[in-house]
Amino acid sequence: MTSRLIGKTPNRRSVIKGMAAGAGALALPSFFPGYSQAQSSEPIRLGFQLHRTGIGASYGRWYERTATAALNVLNEAGGINGRPVEILFEDDGTDPARGAEVFGKLATQSNCDVVFGALFSHVVVGTAPRAAELKVPYLVCSEGHHVASGMLNRWTLQPGITDVKSQVQSMAPWVTSTLGKKITMVFPDYAFGHDHRDFFTAAVAAQGGEVIKHIAIPPTETSFTRYFPQIPAETEVLYHVMVGPAVLTFVKELGEFYGSGTRPEIFGFIDSLEAVDIASPGLEFLEGTHFWEGHPRYKQADASEAEVFYRTAIGVDDNGASVTDPADVATYAHMFSAWETLFVIKAGMEASGYQGPADRQKLVEAIEAMTDFAEGNDHPQGAKTFNGKTHQAFGHQSISQVQGGKLIRVHQTSLEDGYYPDEVDYTSQSF
Amino acid sequence: MTLSTRIWALHLAVLAALLAGSVLLPAYHQTNVAKVMVLATYAMGYNIAFGYTGLLSLGHALFFGAGLYGAGLLVQHAGLPAGPALLAGILAGGAMAAAVGLLALRTQGVAFMIVTLMFAQAGYLTILYNTAWTRGEEGIVIAREARMLFGHDLSADLPRYLAAFALFAAGLVVKLWLVRSPTGRVMIALRENEERSRMLGYDPYARKLAALVISGLYAGAAGAAYGLLFGYVGASLASTQYSILPLLWVLLGGAGTVLGPLVGALSMFYLIDYSSAFTTASLLVVGVALVLLVLFAPRGILGTIRERWLKWLP
Amino acid sequence: MSFGPFLLLALMEGMVTSAVLALAAVGLSLVFGIMRVVNVAHGEFFMLGAVSAWFVSQWVPGPPAVAFAAALILCPLFVGAIAALADMVVLKRLNYEPEATIVATIGLLYILQQAALSFYGPDARPVPAPFNFRVQLPWFGYSGYKIAVVAASALVLLGVWRLLAKSRVGLIMRATQYDRETARAFGINVDRVYAGVFALGGGLAALAAVLIVPIQQAHYLMGTDPLLLSFIVVIIGGLGSLRGTVIAALLIGLSDGVISTFFAPTLAKIVATLLVALVLVFRPQGLFGRRAL
Repeated sequence: MTSRLIGKTPNRRSVIKGMAAGAGALALPSFFPGYSQAQSSEPIRLGFQLHRTGIGASYGRWYERTATAALNVLNEAGGINGRPVEILFEDDGTDPARGAEVFGKLATQSNCDVVFGALFSHVVVGTAPRAAELKVPYLVCSEGHHVASGMLNRWTLQPGITDVKSQVQSMAPWVTSTLGKKITMVFPDYAFGHDHRDFFTAAVAAQGGEVIKHIAIPPTETSFTRYFPQIPAETEVLYHVMVGPAVLTFVKELGEFYGSGTRPEIFGFIDSLEAVDIASPGLEFLEGTHFWEGHPRYKQADASEAEVFYRTAIGVDDNGASVTDPADVATYAHMFSAWETLFVIKAGMEASGYQGPADRQKLVEAIEAMTDFAEGNDHPQGAKTFNGKTHQAFGHQSISQVQGGKLIRVHQTSLEDGYYPDEVDYTSQSF
Repeated sequence: MTLSTRIWALHLAVLAALLAGSVLLPAYHQTNVAKVMVLATYAMGYNIAFGYTGLLSLGHALFFGAGLYGAGLLVQHAGLPAGPALLAGILAGGAMAAAVGLLALRTQGVAFMIVTLMFAQAGYLTILYNTAWTRGEEGIVIAREARMLFGHDLSADLPRYLAAFALFAAGLVVKLWLVRSPTGRVMIALRENEERSRMLGYDPYARKLAALVISGLYAGAAGAAYGLLFGYVGASLASTQYSILPLLWVLLGGAGTVLGPLVGALSMFYLIDYSSAFTTASLLVVGVALVLLVLFAPRGILGTIRERWLKWLP
Repeated sequence: MSFGPFLLLALMEGMVTSAVLALAAVGLSLVFGIMRVVNVAHGEFFMLGAVSAWFVSQWVPGPPAVAFAAALILCPLFVGAIAALADMVVLKRLNYEPEATIVATIGLLYILQQAALSFYGPDARPVPAPFNFRVQLPWFGYSGYKIAVVAASALVLLGVWRLLAKSRVGLIMRATQYDRETARAFGINVDRVYAGVFALGGGLAALAAVLIVPIQQAHYLMGTDPLLLSFIVVIIGGLGSLRGTVIAALLIGLSDGVISTFFAPTLAKIVATLLVALVLVFRPQGLFGRRAL
């Protein structure tokens, strides 16, 4: 098939005719117009790997707003070590290959001291090797178990959000004691879903409950009704977690399936409805069901001063939506990690007397030496402990119930609920 | 200067310039160009099938993925050293291409596109299905200790650049030799007029299969090298997007030109990289660039240069 | 749930999938059949239809049914106009070369995705259905609107078939499909026919999206899956065969619905994908095509 797009391979005659014309055209074009290597050295520059496009874009937009708000608070309070701070946002397309490239760009081209902000696990895993190669601290906001599992490296830390293993483990006692002991799980059929499956199943068994059915849904699926009949009739609790653009369809179809008939208790991860208004048409059936929330979306009656401060700083109303557009619902359960991670960087830089890139290793060591974060404006989601060996933070988790179209917290886990034996000691690894 | 000398001089000059990049390029661009050379090797393989033999496949991610996972899983789970793993990856790419080709080459044109697309999609889903081994979309990190080739640490900038260069140089020289050899001439003849080459006594099926397998070997080599050089093996690298990318690189650089894949991959990479400096609408930049390209330089950068000025460019 | 109701649900879901597939594919089939153009941006026309339906639902006051009716008219016109523009500005100038149009429509795909991301945003948003009733069967509940989608898609397909087979416009289209040069010699303005067909294809994608968006959500990346599936349906059905497209949609929709109900879903997807590939390998002209592609 000859095509307009494939040039004719030259025959000998045309070649000889063209030879004269071609002489001297061997010079390669220069692809590298020099970047200005601005080294004013005054501000501390932090790189932010941003999911601006791709499947993480809903999260990315709010992560950018959160980090920007946190930055303003930080700078108004005098910056870090008396120096102003700036954040450079760079789009990674929610793609692991581009993530590693963006990391390199921020670290070597823009001379950022530290890079943080990534949420999606595959971006984190794809980028972490680059962080170790360049010896630049990489602080992820991902809730994946990849950091604490020992899969990554000394330069990658997760001080701003609890990992999924700890989250689900701390939920299990409440779920089995309050909702029921026979559980069916619905989850996406890839690594993120498998982590939920493995950790929650084990945690439930430890509580004397049983996961009676696993329903793994292919990630390319856009319609879910046909999977619901697989839910065994004796199920007492339906546990669901979904991510991606089709999540709302999933929840709505679940509602259609059960309708007004009898149904098991429903416990979901808010990931299934992050950035989605609970009051959307078709979600009425969620009334009375329960959700895990990393951070309660609706302002609770007992909200702390720090919580109110945080909400106001970003511009989020009491319902967890933008103050300028009530239809613009935040990714509230996760985005606090961008805020808190920035203040961990601040604390780490101040503890290590951070001066410049030469002190990056000291910064990592200073963060590893941290043990707990007190609740306050720096940590509005609540108090946390930090395990320097596994590079992982552990915080309180919320279980909320949909009451009157709002998520009301009915249980908060203790920090101890989420502890598990260390799987790695990064401090024994070389830099 | 004879034609042959001129052609070899040009390509060796390009290789020399790339080699010089190992000392001249700043750190950031050194890593980028290393990556571009690996991806350009993939695109050169694609060009052998598409640009020279006329096989428009939408399933090359399967061959790239075979190399990536063939090498990556063996390193990760069987503790194979990088050298043998690289070889295994190359063979996996070729074997996958042979298996797909045996079936898919019974079809032509749009049906060939869809069949290859479907096979690649099945491969992608297979990676997800075996999450226990592959960690699915999250992927796996190839441990640094395993990324050693002949005593050189592939995670360090210079050895990585040189390894990528060696791969690209070998691919380029073989390709240049191939397309100017009698075998290459038959491939081009198949592209231009399959019936006529059949009447001249060539077996189109066997020839196309051979071209596809060579293409698969390139893709496998690039995939295996990607995992070992950049330390990450994940399902997104075997998704449909990675079938379309080499097509774009080849078309941008110039289909049916030996250096086109390099030019295409390099331009595309820096187009995306620089666009983020002045706009957040990076997809728009890529989209507009493609439309303009196809309207005003349909034969790609080098294809247009060949048409206007350098008629002898292979 | 016992076997009988289980199978019933699988079949109902399969019918809905088939309807969605056929709706999404019919525009592509038309463009493909008449213009011989592989429109990679077809899925984005679908996405634009859904996204613009969301805008209409925000702007038009009153009950959802009113906004829905407005969207049914406005969205296909809007998307059809964009398609016609794309045809006149880009595709015509490429002379509808297969590879060139593929690249150009990939470019178009990125442009449309970015436009949606910039003006509509990254969130998935629901569009209310014109009516909400649930059919409560003894074993499970089912959305009444989904059943309406099946009926609507039958109507749309019937309409397209009538347009092609019975109207003067259809005659001109078929003449152009049969032999472009002769059609031109008979005074048919081929350029206008092509722009019209491309607009019709885009409009049909948008119409499909307006019908489907209440059971899915509008999202800027939602065009990818329909694109892939529509392609499969069109190719399996046979190039330019409307009947083939419908039967292929039924075949794939029902088998997907049923297979993945009884087997590990991801494995079922792998098997189904390979089956599609093998059908084409051994019958490259598709099930109802007269000649190889």
